[in-house]
Amino acid sequence: MNRFAALLDRLGYEPRRNAKLRLLTDYFRHTLDPERGYALAAMTGALMFKEAKPGLIRGLVEERTDPELFRMSYHYVGDLAETVALIWPAPGHESVAPADGTPTIGHNNPPPHVPTLTEVIETLATTSKSDLPARVAGWMDALDETGRWALIKLITRELRVGVSARLAKTAVAQLGQIEPDEVELVWHGLEAPYEDLFAWVEGRGEKPESGNPAPFRPSMLSHPLEDEDFAKLEASEFLAEWKWDGIRLQAASGHGSDGRPVRRIYSRTGEDVSRAFPDLVEALDFEGAIDGELLIVREGRVQSFNVLQQRLNRKAVTPKLIAEFPAHLRVYDILFEGEEDLRALPFAERRKRLEALVARLDDPRIDLSPMVPFETWEDLTAARADPASVGAGPDADAIEGCMIKRANSPYLPGRPKGYWYKWKRDPYLVDAVMMYGQRGHGKRSSFYSDYTFGVWRDGPNGEELVPVGKAYHGFTDEELVKLDRFVRNHTVKRFGPVREVEYGKDRGLVLEVAFEGLQRSTRHKSGVAMRFPRINRIRWDKPAAEADRIETLEKILERGEQEVHPLKDQEA
Amino acid sequence: MALRSTDILTQTPQGLYCPLGDFHIDPVRPVKRALITHGHSDHARSGHRTVMATRETLRIMGVRYGEDFAGSTQEATLRESIRVGDVTVRFTPAGHVLGSAQIAIEAGGTRVVVSGDYKRAEDPTCLPYEVVPCDVFITEATFGLPVFRHPDTRGEVRKLLDSAALFPERAHIVGAYALGKAQRVMALLREEGYDQPIYLHGAMERLTELYKSEGIPLGETPKVVAAERSKLAGAIVICPPSSIQDLWSRRFPDPVTCFASGWMRVRARARQKGVELPLVISDHSDWDDLCRTIRETGAGEVWVTHGQEDALVHWCTTHGIRARPLHMLGYGDEGEAEEPAHPPLEGEGREQSERGGVETQPPNVRAATPPRPSADPPPQGEDKGGQGDAA
Repeated sequence: MNRFAALLDRLGYEPRRNAKLRLLTDYFRHTLDPERGYALAAMTGALMFKEAKPGLIRGLVEERTDPELFRMSYHYVGDLAETVALIWPAPGHESVAPADGTPTIGHNNPPPHVPTLTEVIETLATTSKSDLPARVAGWMDALDETGRWALIKLITRELRVGVSARLAKTAVAQLGQIEPDEVELVWHGLEAPYEDLFAWVEGRGEKPESGNPAPFRPSMLSHPLEDEDFAKLEASEFLAEWKWDGIRLQAASGHGSDGRPVRRIYSRTGEDVSRAFPDLVEALDFEGAIDGELLIVREGRVQSFNVLQQRLNRKAVTPKLIAEFPAHLRVYDILFEGEEDLRALPFAERRKRLEALVARLDDPRIDLSPMVPFETWEDLTAARADPASVGAGPDADAIEGCMIKRANSPYLPGRPKGYWYKWKRDPYLVDAVMMYGQRGHGKRSSFYSDYTFGVWRDGPNGEELVPVGKAYHGFTDEELVKLDRFVRNHTVKRFGPVREVEYGKDRGLVLEVAFEGLQRSTRHKSGVAMRFPRINRIRWDKPAAEADRIETLEKILERGEQEVHPLKDQEA
Repeated sequence: MALRSTDILTQTPQGLYCPLGDFHIDPVRPVKRALITHGHSDHARSGHRTVMATRETLRIMGVRYGEDFAGSTQEATLRESIRVGDVTVRFTPAGHVLGSAQIAIEAGGTRVVVSGDYKRAEDPTCLPYEVVPCDVFITEATFGLPVFRHPDTRGEVRKLLDSAALFPERAHIVGAYALGKAQRVMALLREEGYDQPIYLHGAMERLTELYKSEGIPLGETPKVVAAERSKLAGAIVICPPSSIQDLWSRRFPDPVTCFASGWMRVRARARQKGVELPLVISDHSDWDDLCRTIRETGAGEVWVTHGQEDALVHWCTTHGIRARPLHMLGYGDEGEAEEPAHPPLEGEGREQSERGGVETQPPNVRAATPPRPSADPPPQGEDKGGQGDAA
């Protein structure tokens, strides 16, 4: 448990992906089975404890601490799990020594038993609710601060150390000469503590059977299209589709050994998200694997990404949620049909197979992403500028550009060069005034590299700036040095890592900010939140008074809000 | 009849004052006669007419402020009673840094102990704390919350060495206060068998030399040559805390930002500073040692000078000990030292760092999290992972 705790502790502070990988691989290499397998399970979210709940921990600590001291400590630390881990009065602590002065050091009690991760996980999974508090308290007594912190994270199932399931699996793959995608393929047939998986990657055992009749296959990704690419690309060799403003999903379906259908929906990174979309799972009445975009469609019309977001990350997927935000899969590729691997076929061939499959399915929840007809790049440029003119109809607002795919492209994992391009709609631009600078992380930790900016609006005392977003990229390293110097030289207030800079009608720095979209937000003073904002240009020349007003953003917002209101009938 | 404790010691704007002996202890402004507990710049300031302190503390003040830091100086021999006015004073090791001492003041059968900053944990670079029984104990409370329990320093140093072994192509930049912490980290590294050179920021050099001349073996400690920084892959470098954030440290090969401080116990603190490898090594007492020390002195009354006074006063009260907070300002050398407003882009020649005086700014040790700008900046764009999304 201590090694695992130390690993989590270190990962939580490490911002770099490659360093995280190194820490993980080092842990897996130097930790024995089954301990490392349970660690892998914890980091991939594969564990579930029925009886161990956060309330258990809170109850235990309340019995053991002075409420006033706990309150002061929690106020100071700011995180409940961490406060509990630090304040836990383990035996031997001077502050909990008996008032009569009986020594707690030098006693003859047996040393505390520090549990292994394996022991913790097996016990949490099997111990009854009534026995659990005593077991957990015993571990808390024996572990050190970091160990307790890790134990609480394990019980609350919120590791939050910046390690995705994919990263953990990649680290396992790096123990041997195995591609992460191969681990992904066998993953769903495996169970903690994954001894067969480790044996395989370390060359000591056979490749485990993929017990999953509906496995995830790594997605094929595209490159952004640059202006100069057109000269190199021959229009007749490509096909085009709309780029939908949704979420990439892979739907796979097969039969288990008992003959029952197994249907799964995966995110782009292979995370099984089936539970979030039972309405869509129901519609997967085929065998194979298809690739497409999750959208919310109401009355035949694709809704904006803002609407889609309201369907995501919900703890409970209720019938009401499903009715209000019906999930829809707009498909654009097929990887498998039954047992047949179609990925080596040319895209144009796969497209025909996909069209036939969608026709057979005949389900309103799954439809085809239409092709965009074009002869020349000029045609496509025009289509991208006005999707409605080439048949996108009312869905045009949910289109964020074009996908351009080589007609003969196979379906390859990762981001192979030269096959698929994305050509995004031009971003929105707004001139805003820098208001705050915040220090960055990692290599930028010495720089004020995250900038909050605002636009003008009418306030009680005339025009005032209201913050509308925060951006931390889009500038070059040289520009960063200049922006950093601007923040340092124009600081008016400091708030920890944040500095407020000078701004007003006659002073301040104008930033031209590019962004992909806007949504309404109650969390922000301005009522709007930007998607993917970045600094497009630094307008050293432009007076702050000439920056944009909030009405500019309101107009963009209104365009995206012509969506169908949920349950309109009932309200009417 | 015993004197009242306030006859022996009171609070003035300059700091703690002994009317019977007519002297201040660790005054924050120039005074006629100052008794100094230790050499940290929030306790030991220049410009007093006379200064009494241990030999080591006087040497440290000489290095920091120049030999003319006071009108005259008097060396206090440890554990020896010295008559000052109508009281006797006695300096006893406090275990905080080299030369640090508690000051016991005795008059009319009442003894008041001003502990200064102190710690009970082992430290190879200074004499260990000695309990001085007393009637009134005056304590700091820098880490006066039960969430502060400093771990074994060996484990913390191992973390650093393990990381250096795992990332041999990177430099480990350790922020540490120039007086005491830096040398303690060096000594701990040596105790763990680390025999490579430990590279020093220029601000560390003179005080480290002073430690060595006092017979504390710290091994080879070359000063970092600015132009050679990029060649220090695999090295351990010690610098003032302010330098782990500035551009000086960015010139090392893919630096791992480390910070040796008791504050590193709280994750949010470490994150705010952009620390990647926090080392919980403190020269102050943790919660348990504060409580233990108060018990062991047998004091019936406790005054808390600075730090988390409220929690420690609460603990004393619930344990039948009279206690009051002094809310003294200007102390707290392990607090947050904000970097200067305009750091040079190429950062070696900073006057403040060269002096080693990073502890001088009065820190705000109370704030758990810095106040946020009222504006509440919107969050960053979400990665929705649409088709072919490269973000």
